[in-house]
Amino acid sequence: MHDAISILPLKVEDLGFQVSGNRLLDGVSFILTKGGITTIIGHNGAGKSLTLRLCHGLLMPSSGAVKWHDERAPQTGTHGTHKRHAMVFQRPVMLRRSAKANITHALSALGIPDIATKADFALARFGLSDLAERPARLMSGGEQQRLAIARAWALSPEVLFLDEPSSHLDPGATRQIEAIVTSLVAEGMTILMTTHDLGQARRLSNRILFFNKGRLVEDAPAEKFFSSPQTPEARAFIVGDLLW
Amino acid sequence: MIISLDPQFLQIVGLSLRVTLTALLLAALIGLPLGALLAVSRFPGRTAVIILFNGLMGLPPVVAGLIVFLLLSRSGPLGGLGWLFSPTAMVMAQTLLVLPIVISLARSTIEELWSEYREHLMSLELTGRRAIPTLLWDGRFALATGLLAGFGRATAEVGAVLIVGGNIAGYTRTMTTSIALETSKGDLPLALGLGIVLIALTLTINAAAYGASRVGARFAG
Repeated sequence: MHDAISILPLKVEDLGFQVSGNRLLDGVSFILTKGGITTIIGHNGAGKSLTLRLCHGLLMPSSGAVKWHDERAPQTGTHGTHKRHAMVFQRPVMLRRSAKANITHALSALGIPDIATKADFALARFGLSDLAERPARLMSGGEQQRLAIARAWALSPEVLFLDEPSSHLDPGATRQIEAIVTSLVAEGMTILMTTHDLGQARRLSNRILFFNKGRLVEDAPAEKFFSSPQTPEARAFIVGDLLW
Repeated sequence: MIISLDPQFLQIVGLSLRVTLTALLLAALIGLPLGALLAVSRFPGRTAVIILFNGLMGLPPVVAGLIVFLLLSRSGPLGGLGWLFSPTAMVMAQTLLVLPIVISLARSTIEELWSEYREHLMSLELTGRRAIPTLLWDGRFALATGLLAGFGRATAEVGAVLIVGGNIAGYTRTMTTSIALETSKGDLPLALGLGIVLIALTLTINAAAYGASRVGARFAG
């Protein structure tokens, strides 16, 4: 799938982020290796989405660093070398264009050739061919999220960041998105996602990063995390207690 | 008179449309990119610039006319071009009138769109001015409404074209200047005929603006 040198592992080193004196993220370190689904869980404001944004280069860290293995993978986005990591947002941003044009726009923005063919292929891959000419913003929530994933997938990223991919979807659409995520990993994509939904984290994850109040509290294989959490915060989170 | 399509009458309507549409085109070519740039840029004094253009939306047409008159008058900086009392001068004056409207409306439309699209476009490495083509295209229906507002202002104004055009029969006489002149001369039928055309034009513009927003809603959801 990728002929270039891998951009993984991703090393997140002592990452911190603060806004006007408020520490939103503090001393977060982890290494993301190739393959599988790593899920960041934690309460609102724990720093889940923030971590994805910092990794994707949408925000600059206040301290620490996000280091991709391959130096050619730009961290902040430089035109010319296109990023090999893509991100799907919690509320998918749909351009005021057709579904297909949403994909061709992303491809041409990054200077990728064969945009029409690649867009058709991506639409077909995610079962959206019939909706190709539909204005993207008139599609249902589930279809929009699938389109957002198709749009990111068309860029053939090595790493995909998914921010709460199904937080606003009904159970049926959620199931669809989960099946898609599983199939992407089977294709060799590496996924770092966040979720509010503990059930979803259990169903999908290979590895859990549990955040609490801007700190990475626990980093463990999913099975181990759910069966024997090491910290009181994680234990409380799993049983559904609120941490104050 | 409208039905008999009097040549003098047609000439006046034709010139009015030509001048206003040219001014609108120029204002769009300059104002849309400039407004979009203002929307995505952050620099010291930005707020002052925004307030300035918002304020200029209310620029009195006679003042716009006066500015262009001073520029083009024999002793003015552009006097050598000999454009005073010509349709070109009228286009300049109307462009000056419409430009702040186009810039301000483009700025507010694009700013709103930018806040919605920002993260996605940043993810695609479209930041700063590289985001402008996407934003202008996606804001096309709202921007069309803004342009129609500018068109409405230009067709209705009389002061600017009167000052720099001179209301010369068969050359720089527009619908509004004719109405003013013919009414004071007492030729009410011509004034009234032109008035009806102006009203019809205004209604058409409003219908087009409404249509643009409806079509836009189909895409915007």
